[in-house]
Amino acid sequence: MLDAGRRKLVEVRDLKMYFPIYSGLLRRHTGDVKAVDGVSFDIFEGETLGLVGESGCGKSTVGRALLRLYELTGGSVVIDGDDVAKLSPEALRQKRPTMQMVFQDPQASLNPRMTLAGIIGEPLDEHTSLTAPEKLARIYQLMDQVGLNRNFANRYPHEFSGGQRQRIGIARALALNPKFIVCDEPIAALDVSIQAQVVNLLEELQDRLGLTYLFISHDLSMVRHIADRVAVMYLGQIAELSPRDELYAQPLHPYAIALLSAVPEPDPSREGARQRIILQGDVPSPANPPKGCNFSTRCPQVQAICHRLQPDLIEVAPLRFVACHFVQPQQAQPAGSTGGTEATEPTQQGVNA
Amino acid sequence: MPDGAMPVLDVRGLKTVFRTRGGEVHAVNAVSFHLMPGELLGVVGESGSGKSVTMMSLIGLLPSPPADVREGQVLLGGVDILKVSPEELRRVRGARIGFVFQDPMTSLNPVFTVGNQIIEPLRAHMGLNKAQAEARAVELLELVGIPDARNRLRSYPHQFSGGMRQRVMIAIALACDPEVLIADEPTTALDVTIQAQIIELVKELRHKLGMAIVWITHDLGVIAGIADRVMVMYGGQVVEQAPVKDLFADPRHPYTRALLKTIPKVSGVREARLQVIDGQPPILAGAPTACPFRARCAHAFARCHAENPQRRAIGAGRVGYGHDVACHWDPEATDA
Ligand SMILES: Nc1ncnc2c1ncn2[C@@H]1O[C@H](COP(=O)(O)OP(=O)(O)OP(=O)(O)O)[C@@H](O)[C@H]1O
Ligand SMILES: Nc1ncnc2c1ncn2[C@@H]1O[C@H](COP(=O)(O)OP(=O)(O)OP(=O)(O)O)[C@@H](O)[C@H]1O
Ligand SMILES: [Mg+2]
Ligand SMILES: [Mg+2]
Repeated sequence: MLDAGRRKLVEVRDLKMYFPIYSGLLRRHTGDVKAVDGVSFDIFEGETLGLVGESGCGKSTVGRALLRLYELTGGSVVIDGDDVAKLSPEALRQKRPTMQMVFQDPQASLNPRMTLAGIIGEPLDEHTSLTAPEKLARIYQLMDQVGLNRNFANRYPHEFSGGQRQRIGIARALALNPKFIVCDEPIAALDVSIQAQVVNLLEELQDRLGLTYLFISHDLSMVRHIADRVAVMYLGQIAELSPRDELYAQPLHPYAIALLSAVPEPDPSREGARQRIILQGDVPSPANPPKGCNFSTRCPQVQAICHRLQPDLIEVAPLRFVACHFVQPQQAQPAGSTGGTEATEPTQQGVNA
Repeated sequence: MPDGAMPVLDVRGLKTVFRTRGGEVHAVNAVSFHLMPGELLGVVGESGSGKSVTMMSLIGLLPSPPADVREGQVLLGGVDILKVSPEELRRVRGARIGFVFQDPMTSLNPVFTVGNQIIEPLRAHMGLNKAQAEARAVELLELVGIPDARNRLRSYPHQFSGGMRQRVMIAIALACDPEVLIADEPTTALDVTIQAQIIELVKELRHKLGMAIVWITHDLGVIAGIADRVMVMYGGQVVEQAPVKDLFADPRHPYTRALLKTIPKVSGVREARLQVIDGQPPILAGAPTACPFRARCAHAFARCHAENPQRRAIGAGRVGYGHDVACHWDPEATDA
């Protein structure tokens, strides 16, 4: 599914998003929260790229920056040929229907004074010329698709449960048949059966319409289910970017290894016996990231070099990108095995997983 | 759970109805459960099944109208808190029952700094002075894994990520060492490493302080790891309740069985399509006269359409204390 001939729909290069910190009586600019600090990746057309990582590592900021909900600090984001960061307001408005977002915080993103039908219908009003009955039919169709009862069409957001509100957000994002959707924790608020419904729906739409997703989630079992490739972020940067099966079979970056070891399993007899890697040390602040490798303050395999030198994200095996001094292209062993010095030449060896 | 001990929290026959323009919504129907000191009760159930409304009702946090808590008792240390004065209830909420809301953005006040929102209850309920409260606030934020805690006290909620806001809510709920902690989806916005950290913290607090906890979640993996007992809700009712091992090993209610089949796995074979439960959740327009799950149930028979099943014990033990289920169907009977 990852043949070289596939078209890249999204190309992100050296994306940076800093939030200024002002302090003191004069509100002087004294520093920056480096929420995203030099991130590059591609998403192929029709692909789902999973984005996982610690809370606060910059996942939502990446998603929002991609759709230009922020003005970027640096880097470029090309979506379907257009550099989104440079579009004029009018060009951006025309491009909006093709790229949508499902937000992490459903409550905060729904207008409390609009009914469900109004909320789902709003993008249809703005970007289509459907007649009233056509519009209503489309609204009902969208409600059916996300499992919202048609009788709820005239209710207001506060009359819904958390999971129901999340589905309203999904229905609205789907309204204009977008090509690319950033799903920011789209299922976190849903119960597992509705999660399954929504994920199946996203997959069906993808099969049928060739949709492309950036799927942000901390639910690693769901990411394993839906994503083709997965990017693991840590403190504003990508630690590892690998095809799904390879990542889950054998994560290479020490942070990815710790992350996967912490997934809880729905089985009380096995839960007791699990070997979790609990990371030690303080979580660094993105306003003051550590020198060298940004994971160096908590890495179980840390060495002297890690405090001095920031590792590049390099291809250590076909399609496997890792930013660690101790994951070498030659053997592509998990971190911890001793290797030579930094190597930048990717080799074509496979991973023995 | 020794049968002789006294529950810290005992909820009996709670019933909550919303009056809306479209008619009544019977969101919570005769829900009963209890909590022993130091015990963790996991609550799972379909979206819209009444988990949040149950918990909000019992601490008097639903605006009325539209909400009407019609029936029931909520005994906290033997006293019915549905009957106490509003001031008394506010004291109970601040000091004796900690609450982590499902929606962290809307439950934090956007115009106050995060520090302010942690420090205020510490001063009001624990009688700490400003410096003490601030030191405690930093300690609490560090406890829930917020980096650079002292400086972050001055941040506003929108400057925090989703998961950080959720951790602030947990810190606020824990601030006054409550006897009971009610956590509504407390870790949904957290990655697994921080989640593991919070779960360790909660386990420790249970042992050290004997805090009793209600933990609402969709994550059955989390339930498997921390719950003593599990309560399953559907259509505003408790449909099954059991010790955690029994629930996973021997689920009785057809909804619980279906639920356990829908989870994707991190290891083993990757499934092509996820299992779903066909059909739609019930509308809850009136008091129940039949089983709420009947329309989606593969085992439904005539009685299920005519009579809402009561909770009945499976094996030994009273309802609520052992394993119980609200279902007419008996999987053991050869034919049904
Ligand atoms: N203010 C309200 N007016 C009318 N109906 C309401 C109101 N608040 C909640 N409801 C309804 O009450 C039912 C129970 O909602 P509740 O929030 O308790 O669900 P939940 O089990 O917590 O679901 P979730 O897992 O999605 O959070 C839902 O059907 C919801 O639509
Ligand atoms: N508007 C803002 N002003 C200042 N700092 C911000 C702002 N938005 C985000 N941040 C900071 O940027 C960092 C990354 O935030 P982001 O919301 O992208 O994290 P995330 O990976 O989505 O986390 P989560 O899993 O908790 O949702 C955090 O440290 C956060 O505090
Ligand atoms: Mg986020
Ligand atoms: Mg809820």
